[in-house]
Amino acid sequence: MGGYILRRMLYAIPIAFGVSVVCFSLVYLAPGDPLQTVLPPDATAETIEIVKRAYGFDKPLPVQFLIWLGRVLTGDFGMSIATKRPVFLEVTGALANTGTLALFAVPIAFSIGYAMGALAGSFPGRWIDRVVTGTAVFGVSLPNYWLGIVLVIVFAVEWMVLPATGMGPSGSDEFRILRWSDAKFLVLPVVTLSMIPIGILSRTTRAAVAEVRNQDFVQTLRAKGLSEWAVTRHVLKNSLPQVMAVMGLQFGYLLGGSILVETVFTWPGSGFLLSKAIINRDVPVLQGTILTLSMVFVATNLIVDLLQSLVDPRIRRG
Amino acid sequence: MTYRVWGRAALAFGAAAMLGTASATAGGTLVIGMTAGDLPVTTGNPDQGFEGYRFVGYNLYDSLVLWDLSGAGDKAAEIRPGLATGWQIDEADNKRWIFTLRQGVKWHDGCPFTADDVIWNFGYTSDEKAPQFNPAQFGQARAYFGTYAGVEKIDDYRVAFTTKVPDALFPYMMSYVLMVSPCRAKEVKYDWTAYAAKPSGTGPYKFDKAVAHQRMEFVPNADYWDKARVPQHDRLVLVPMPEASTRTAALLSGLVNWIEAPSPDAIERLKSSGMKVVTRVYPHNWSYQLNFVKGPFTDKRVRQAANYALNREDIKDLLNGLMLEEYATVPPSTAYYGKPLLYKYDPDKARSLLKEAGCLPCKVTFAISTSGSGQMQPLPMNELVKSQMDAAGFEVKLDAMDWNALLQVGRGGVDASPDIHAINISRASQDPFNALIRHVWTGAWAPKGANWGHHGNPAMDKLIDGILGEFDSAKRLALLTRLHEMMNEEAALIFVAHDLNPRAMSPKVQGFVQAQSWFQDLTPVKVVP
Repeated sequence: MGGYILRRMLYAIPIAFGVSVVCFSLVYLAPGDPLQTVLPPDATAETIEIVKRAYGFDKPLPVQFLIWLGRVLTGDFGMSIATKRPVFLEVTGALANTGTLALFAVPIAFSIGYAMGALAGSFPGRWIDRVVTGTAVFGVSLPNYWLGIVLVIVFAVEWMVLPATGMGPSGSDEFRILRWSDAKFLVLPVVTLSMIPIGILSRTTRAAVAEVRNQDFVQTLRAKGLSEWAVTRHVLKNSLPQVMAVMGLQFGYLLGGSILVETVFTWPGSGFLLSKAIINRDVPVLQGTILTLSMVFVATNLIVDLLQSLVDPRIRRG
Repeated sequence: MTYRVWGRAALAFGAAAMLGTASATAGGTLVIGMTAGDLPVTTGNPDQGFEGYRFVGYNLYDSLVLWDLSGAGDKAAEIRPGLATGWQIDEADNKRWIFTLRQGVKWHDGCPFTADDVIWNFGYTSDEKAPQFNPAQFGQARAYFGTYAGVEKIDDYRVAFTTKVPDALFPYMMSYVLMVSPCRAKEVKYDWTAYAAKPSGTGPYKFDKAVAHQRMEFVPNADYWDKARVPQHDRLVLVPMPEASTRTAALLSGLVNWIEAPSPDAIERLKSSGMKVVTRVYPHNWSYQLNFVKGPFTDKRVRQAANYALNREDIKDLLNGLMLEEYATVPPSTAYYGKPLLYKYDPDKARSLLKEAGCLPCKVTFAISTSGSGQMQPLPMNELVKSQMDAAGFEVKLDAMDWNALLQVGRGGVDASPDIHAINISRASQDPFNALIRHVWTGAWAPKGANWGHHGNPAMDKLIDGILGEFDSAKRLALLTRLHEMMNEEAALIFVAHDLNPRAMSPKVQGFVQAQSWFQDLTPVKVVP
């Protein structure tokens, strides 16, 4: 097991390198200028050259990349062009804010999605299955930025029971989850964010459960005279590895932050940070955020793989 | 649980929520939802376009020359004394401006403001070798330093600026260069990140605190040198909210009590909820700069045809009335508007001009943005412009890109994008140089300046030289008026819309008078309970 974990962690290094090369290249292939935020719209060529030199953007791209990579390896992600704040602080702060959302969205989405899927899969073709599948399709198809806006209109504007936007009345620095005046800011973004994972998970769980129920061993269990509850437990356990793989992806998605949801709710998380960095071509922030998020995905996948092998020893043997 | 209990729970929930909201805005706190995607920088000249200047720049800082933002009269805002009480051209040298500085002004950190601070600030923004040089500030301020050559101290309260060529419009440029405190900069050892968290200016507000990307709070500077402009509210809170629907919801739900640029389709909803919506024309120009080097627009008849093809009233309807039809570079309330030749909607005339020019159908490509500062509703507006021009004999291809990419096309000039025939970058026409000269002067050909399409005309250049060398303001006004009229005769731009600068606010916000300017004076505002 130790060797397996080590091997998987070593795999993460080329993935991280590959991601950093790709994201670096993409940023420069896209039209636009990384110094836009510090230049007025009609900056002259001479001004642009001087500012480029001051920020080190005058060097050839491979050199810029190597300089950046060298810094990252020592833990220095550089400074944001737009805010002049260390990228490390920007990214960790945003990740923590997205983590606050995920802290609620993950258990809500996973428990509701799994319960709905398990229920539907256990009664395939019955009315409950149709209701759950219909709800799941609705959840997946609903654009979450639209849902966010509608929830805001209903709960914040019309009924005035929940705040429309932001992270607490005084911003994330003073945000306390256990204080209702702050926590109420979480409700609408968490609900919006959970909707798609609920849909995806319930559909995946339903398919997995229905598939396992058709396998021969379930027939055997029944033939042995096990109660329906005991059979269901076996079915659920056997469908778990498949569901966990999807949960892992969804966990990464929730932790990575949703650009659309965070923009609608002005939630200062990693998705919001990323969207601002893209608009401003704030290259250091963009690289730092993408690299960190890709590492989150790699780590999540690793943890999911390990959990799967715990739940289903066949995976480890394979 | 019975319905009654549920009802009580819901009431309690609602009351708690409303209490929380009310406490955020009690005690005269003005909370503004800005369109900016992020908080503007606090290190002097801000980013985030003129919105950054409006809310952070001119509130924390002053420039030597300020704008009269009282909103009085029916003319566009003009410059007035700021940290300088007056300025005059040196009688012996028309490339030397002498500025007399205001005495008794103190920085927020308590240090006195003197001529040395002015010299230091120009090192901060423009001298690469100075220890206080800040490349970001250089980038922000440089656009206003076109003719700046140097500055020297005459005595503690007088400085002399030299310009590369005679420049009668130099004082306007000084209105965009904000002065930061050398005392504070030295205190933080020129660490601009530390300075940004503890900025010090001479403006009507002092920085109190900020949460990165989320909110910034200012408190009144009770010692402000202009006693008439000491803020009337207790606190000013700035919140970036790039999404128009988010801003509207935030205002309606009481999270903020002022929003910038509500979307046109939200106006009715805001008004029906009792919100005040204020609009006033200001020096804004939503037009197309044209390619004068290659393609159909090198022919004046095609440029005129494009202007005749536009039914601006329809565009106004599209925006629910939130624009003024633009028939010339600046709005009619500008002092140098004059009597320009107006291209009123006449599609038949447009078609016959195109036929005469041998360009029918006339294929043109416009570079446009999907969003951006001052761009209003760029996609539907451009679609409508396209359909109107197509109906008059053009074949318009819209090349949509994001705002950053369009700015890069704009900066690169026509040589870098020869196959684009027009660019749609809305411009501030706050001062005569930026309103007129930069569009048509050969001295401003991109990438050196903002004349993207390389418009060049010896007669106009001569007129511009005359304007820059004319220090008598009445005579200069006549020359500027002539230049404005010539731009219309030439059809130097495709004129479309002047924005009306809509902003919405709670009825509790009182005392605000909207000036015809990109900048606004928030200091008279009171927020009643």
